[in-house]
Amino acid sequence: MPHPLCRLAALLLASFTASQAMAANVYVSNEKDHTLTVIDSTTLAVVKTIPVGKRPRGITLSKDGKSLFICASDDNTVQVMDLASGKITHNLPSGEDPEQFALAPDGKSLYIANENSNVVTIIDVASRRVTGQVDVGVEPEGMAVSPDGRWAVNTSETTNMVHWIDTRTRQLVDSTLVDQRPRYARFSADGKLLWVSAEVGGTVSVIDVASRKRIKTISFAITGIPKDRIQPVGIRLTRDGRYAFVPLGPANHVAVIDAKTFQPVKYLLVGRRVWHAELSADEKQLWVTNGISNDVSVIDTAALKVIKSIPVGRYPWGVAVSGS
Amino acid sequence: MPALSVRLAFCLAAGLLALPAAAQTTIRLIYLEEARVATNPLANIEPVPDDLGRAGAELAISDNNTTGKFLQQRFELSRIAVPTGASGADMLAKVQKSGAGFVVLNVSAGAIDRLMAQPAAARYLWFNAGAPDDRLRQSQCRANLLHTLPGRAMQADALAQYLATRRWSKWFLVTGPRPEDKLYAAALRRAAKRFGGRIVAEKTWNYGHDARRTAQGEVPVFTQVGDYDVLIVADESGDFGDYLSYRTWLPRPVAGTQGLTAEGWHAAAEQWGAVQLQNRFRQQSHRPMQPVDYAAWAAVRSVGEAASRTASGETAKLTAYIRGPAFQLAGFKGRTLSYRPWNGELRQPMMVAQPRSLVSLSPQDGFLHPRTDLDTLGFDAPEVKCPAH
Repeated sequence: MPHPLCRLAALLLASFTASQAMAANVYVSNEKDHTLTVIDSTTLAVVKTIPVGKRPRGITLSKDGKSLFICASDDNTVQVMDLASGKITHNLPSGEDPEQFALAPDGKSLYIANENSNVVTIIDVASRRVTGQVDVGVEPEGMAVSPDGRWAVNTSETTNMVHWIDTRTRQLVDSTLVDQRPRYARFSADGKLLWVSAEVGGTVSVIDVASRKRIKTISFAITGIPKDRIQPVGIRLTRDGRYAFVPLGPANHVAVIDAKTFQPVKYLLVGRRVWHAELSADEKQLWVTNGISNDVSVIDTAALKVIKSIPVGRYPWGVAVSGS
Repeated sequence: MPALSVRLAFCLAAGLLALPAAAQTTIRLIYLEEARVATNPLANIEPVPDDLGRAGAELAISDNNTTGKFLQQRFELSRIAVPTGASGADMLAKVQKSGAGFVVLNVSAGAIDRLMAQPAAARYLWFNAGAPDDRLRQSQCRANLLHTLPGRAMQADALAQYLATRRWSKWFLVTGPRPEDKLYAAALRRAAKRFGGRIVAEKTWNYGHDARRTAQGEVPVFTQVGDYDVLIVADESGDFGDYLSYRTWLPRPVAGTQGLTAEGWHAAAEQWGAVQLQNRFRQQSHRPMQPVDYAAWAAVRSVGEAASRTASGETAKLTAYIRGPAFQLAGFKGRTLSYRPWNGELRQPMMVAQPRSLVSLSPQDGFLHPRTDLDTLGFDAPEVKCPAH
């Protein structure tokens, strides 16, 4: 008969292990170190650093959460990492200089922006084959697929447009002009709106998906920071449609936008040159990458407060959170 | 290819007949270059490319056309080459024959004067991508003449701001014998006054050009002028400036036209997406992009940007947009570029660099301006006396 205290300890240990199992892993690509940093989302500590291909930038999880797709830009490939073992299992043909990509909601097709060659490459994930290429504008960058899988959109940084690719015909059917240097695109959860950041223009455009017309242009103002240093890049929208979070690059702040009125309501000070963001599965945490200060910031989305900065590798670029 | 152009013309005509509403707009640009008097720069590892400037315009045309295909706009660039000292009437006649409304100039300031003296020049929008002369930006500017190449004042101000942040305030100014060297020296004097530099010694280089074998003996003697923080050299043709580094009597850095320079573009730029522009340029022209290439690129891209935003090909409409407050050009320097309404000069960050790497970007932090800190470089509105503006 074990001592009651021991039984209590065993119980505590069991529950602790259970909560550990609930903890998510946060993956950060380090562009200059050619590595991936893994962070525990509950302890907020770095678990390990894994070497990957050259110049890792965009990263995204597979729909089953078992693997991570990594744009290894200078290796001209997309690597697939098995998250259980931390090993690269295979590469996908990606076209030249992949930077950002988007996985279709069914998890089968990967749409990759090839920055140097003005095309979007479509990959069939299962057969590891290129199934199509679509000509777009100069310097394709942002990629997103609508929640219903109907549209794949790409932003071209020098052409300053959003290109609409019909995923059924794989044809470019329309282009919407936005502001200077569009970097990132994100659909709202209901698929009705597309949010697009313009880094040099300093704005976020909200586009009505049905008409493919811009319905709102959001500008930012932070006391003491010149307007042209406010350079929106990444975008994350909460599922309930309440908030949009937009990292503002060299302004070193993340804008919190009321997603219903399209008004910025708060600016959160983070690290230097903040580019990309990801929400945790429960949307209680927002993770952002600070390229020049070589760290990530963790934001409590209920309190709208930055709770911690965690040092990672050099030039952290993309971020993915398991379960989200 | 006459067959192809006939076919193209037929297709275009057929297209026009069938779909008049969706007709393609063609926007024509001219790249006008004047043969330059050959110089013999000392740094013989980097010959002056034959297509300097033109290559930048060509890259921008292909950028414009990739964008234009989504808007039914086509951009055509033709090249006009004229001999040194060509008359204004001759140059203008060639431009008039082309049917273009926009002209990118890589010519001397004198050629610009001769062109602008022609009354019909008022019908075009001119981009100066080759002449850094400050008088075109301060006292002799024209409403329809824009400058994508930063003037000497912008170069000198960008350098002076950086030297101020290093507290290298005592300057030894060495000026070459050519008239343009004197103009650059004048810009340096103005910059010294604006940003707290002090010219503690000044000399003219009169030792002739080809001192390759004797520089080691001459420069240490030439540079015995007492103490200073930095030697600033004004030698735009590269006749002697490269002799100075590592040969000065005191161990001092060299800046100006050689050593640490400040220009609108540099082959080492890689931030803010610049690496993409550098790669595209290198793929096209098999050499690094130079400041004059960048200036020509910015000019042609300005026209492309205005055409996308206005959905028009009309010269007057595009010109008004380019000169207006809504115009923004993304130029791979981390800031939006626009034209100063008082003298038509492009507002742009300047690259302070050594031959193989970027040192800093001006304007430097802390140099403030009520409008934008970019206007701390070059001539501000109150300094400009231009009747045409």
